[in-house]
Amino acid sequence: MKVAVLKGGRSLERGVSLRSGARVEDALERLGHEPVPIDADADLVKRLTAEEPNVAFVAMHGPGGEDGTAQELLEILGIPFTGPGVAACGRCMDKVLAKQELRGAGVPTPDWFAFNETAFRELGAADALSALEERLGFPLVVKPSRGGSALGVKFAASWFEVPEALVSAFSYDDRVLLERFVEGRELAVSVLGSEPLPVVEAIPGDGDRYDFEARYEIGRTEFACPAELSEEETEAVTGAALAAYEALGCAGFSRVDLILAADGPQVLEVNAIPGLTDTSLLPQAAEAAGMSFEDLVERILDLALKPAAA
Amino acid sequence: MVEPPHRRRAHTRTRDLERYAGLFAERTTVMRSSAMRDLMAITARPEVISLAGGLPDTSTFPAGTFAAQMTRIAQESAAEALQYGPTEGFAETVDCIVEVMGAEGMLPDPDDVIVTTGGQQAIDLVCKTLLDPGDVVVCEAPTYPGAVPVFCSYQAEVVQIECDADGMRIEELEAVLARLDGEGRRPKFVYSVPSFQNPAGVTLSLERRRRLVELARQRELLVVEDNPYGLLRFGGEPLPPLYQLDGGDFVIYVGTFSKILSPGIRLGWAVAPPPVMEKIVLGKQASDLCTSTLTQYFVREYFAEGRWREYVESLVEIYRGRRDVMVESLREHFPAQATWTEPEGGLFIWATLPDYIDTGDLLAKALREDVAFVPGQAAYAEEGRGRSSMRLNFSGVGSDEIREGIRRIGNAVAEQVELYGALTGEHQVAPPQPRPAPKDEGEADVLPFRKAGEGQA
Repeated sequence: MKVAVLKGGRSLERGVSLRSGARVEDALERLGHEPVPIDADADLVKRLTAEEPNVAFVAMHGPGGEDGTAQELLEILGIPFTGPGVAACGRCMDKVLAKQELRGAGVPTPDWFAFNETAFRELGAADALSALEERLGFPLVVKPSRGGSALGVKFAASWFEVPEALVSAFSYDDRVLLERFVEGRELAVSVLGSEPLPVVEAIPGDGDRYDFEARYEIGRTEFACPAELSEEETEAVTGAALAAYEALGCAGFSRVDLILAADGPQVLEVNAIPGLTDTSLLPQAAEAAGMSFEDLVERILDLALKPAAA
Repeated sequence: MVEPPHRRRAHTRTRDLERYAGLFAERTTVMRSSAMRDLMAITARPEVISLAGGLPDTSTFPAGTFAAQMTRIAQESAAEALQYGPTEGFAETVDCIVEVMGAEGMLPDPDDVIVTTGGQQAIDLVCKTLLDPGDVVVCEAPTYPGAVPVFCSYQAEVVQIECDADGMRIEELEAVLARLDGEGRRPKFVYSVPSFQNPAGVTLSLERRRRLVELARQRELLVVEDNPYGLLRFGGEPLPPLYQLDGGDFVIYVGTFSKILSPGIRLGWAVAPPPVMEKIVLGKQASDLCTSTLTQYFVREYFAEGRWREYVESLVEIYRGRRDVMVESLREHFPAQATWTEPEGGLFIWATLPDYIDTGDLLAKALREDVAFVPGQAAYAEEGRGRSSMRLNFSGVGSDEIREGIRRIGNAVAEQVELYGALTGEHQVAPPQPRPAPKDEGEADVLPFRKAGEGQA
C-alpha cells in the first residue's frame, strides 16, 4: 500500500514532526508498505496529486498540520488520512476552544480566562487582570492558545510575573489563556480507536517541570508506564480521557494530557496528533499494551481506512 | 523534494532506547540541545532571513582561482593529496599559519603549532588535554555559543565573567579567582575571544589584555585565546594578541582559516607550549589521526599566490558596509529601550532588550515573520542568563536583507514593548524612530554594554 507520510511543515514543532515522520516511514517499510515521505510545503497538493497514495499518514505537529489545515486538503483530494478529522483537529489545537467544549461536556478542566492581544492593546483588558487573583489564585499558568510542546508556557508565581509571562505567550499566538495551576501527577492517556492505552506518568527529574526540553530529551524526564495507579484512579483517569476524546470529536488516535489532583483528574489538553518520536508517550503506551511500533502504525492505518473498525 | 530511500538507521523501539539509555556516558546528560535546536531548524527555511548564523561570506571568493588551484593539485600531487598526513599537519601549512599570525605581530615557533580540523577542534583538544570532570573553566559572559557544549561535554563547571564595552571585566575575574582560591579550587584555563568577540562584538582593551596575561603568569594558569576575527578589523588601531603580550608561556592560541579564507575547508590551528602540545598531539591522533590533507594542499597553493591579504581586505570592506547597515537599521527600527554593541570588526552585534522580553520566545514570534537570530541564552552555560539578549550576524547576508531583517525584528520587539506597557500601565512606549547617532551616555556598564550610538568606530 502506498502511504504518504506528511511531516515537517512550517510549525515550530517541525523538528519533532520530522522525527515522528522518519520513524513512521521506517515502520511502514518494515510492514511492507511503500512510504512516500512528504515535507509539507507549497508543493503538498502537487505531490499528493502526483503520487496518488492510498492513504496519508499525518505526522505533523503544531499549526499547519495538527490544526486541520492539511486534513482539509486531504479531504478535498479524497485521500483517507490517519488521526482525527478537520473539526476535531481545529478544536484540539485551540486550547481555549477545547476547554470550552470540555467544560460544556462536563469534563473536568482547570478554571481559566482567555484573552486576545487586541483586548490588551485596545480594550484595556489589563484592568481586568486584577480579578484573576481571586478567581484563579497563584501560581497560575499562562499558555498560548494554539501551540504545542509547552512552547511559550510560563508559570506566574505572583501578580508581578503575569505581564512578562503574557508577553512570552503572545509571542506564539494572539490568544492566550491564564489557567489555574493544579498540583498533582502529570499523566497522559493515549486513545487508539476508542480504546484507552495504559496510562503514562511523566516524572520530571530535579523538580523540573515537564517542559519542552524535558519532553524531547532522553533522560531528562522519567516515564512510568503503566503509571502506578489504584484501580479507582485508573478508572477515573481513563474515564476523563475518553470523555475528553469524545467531547472533542477525536477519531483514530489522540493523546489526552491530565493532572491527577487530590480531588480527581483534570484534563489539560488533547493532542490531536501526538508525537511519535523515540521519546514520545503514545508509542510507550502502546508498548506497555503489548504493541510494537509497527503494530501501532498498522492499527492507525486500519482505523484511517476502515473507521468502522474502531 | 524527494528524499533518498534507506538513508536512516534501523528503527529503534522504546525498550531499545531504555537499553541505550543505560549505556550513555554521564557526560551526555549535560549536553545541551533540543528546544533551541528545533527552533533553529526552522531558521534554515529558504524564505527566512537568517541573522542567526555565523557564516562568513564565501560568495566573492574567485571561483577561477579555486578551480585552477584544485586542478594543479590534482595534476601535480594527486597521490600525496589523497593520502594521510602527519598528525601535527604539514610543515607548509604551518608556514602559512606563521604568516597569518605574523600579520598580527605574533612570531610563534613552528614546532609549537598543530593544524586542526577547524578552530572548533582546537578548542575541543585543549579541553580534552586539560579538563577533568568538575574542573573549572572561566570564560566571558556571554561567550562563544559553540564553546559551551564543548565545556559541558567535558563536564567542566563553567564560570562566566561579565563583559562591558572593553571586554571581560578583569577586576571581576580577579575576584572570582580569589573566591575559587578560598574554595581550594583553581581554574584550568580562562577562555577568551579578545577581539570582536563572538557573540558580544566587544574587544578587550590593551590595559585589560596586559592585566590578563599578567594574572595568568602570576597564578600559573592558562589563557586560551580564540582569535578567529583579529584580522577582520574595520577601523581603529589593531591591538596586540594575548599570545604576543605573553610570549606563549601561559597563552594557548587558537586560530582558523574559516574567517579569512573558508570555513568549508575546516582548517584551524592551536599554538601551545611544548609540554602541552605533546598532549594535544596525542589527543588529536586519537580523535582523527590528521587534518584533511587535501585542504592543506589547497591552503598551500592559495598562500603561494601571495594574495591572501587582499582577499581579507575585500572581506573587511564587505563586512564594514554590512555592519554600518545593521547599526543604522537598529537605530531606525529598534525601540529606545534596546541597546547594542557597535563592533569595530568581526561578524556579530549583541543586542539587549528590556528584561521582560525573553528572546527565545521572541524568536518564535520573529519566525512567524520569517526572520531569525540567536537567542542570548545560547551564549551562557547557566540556564536563564542572557535571556533578554540576542546575537545578530551581519556577515552572512546582504545589506537589503539586513535592513529588512532588522525591520521585522524591530517590529516584533516594538509590539512586545507596547504590550508590556499596556499590561503594566507603563505607557512609556517609545515607537521606533530614527535617533541621532553618537552621544555620550556616560560610563559603559555591565551588559547591556552601551546605549545605541555611543562610542562608534
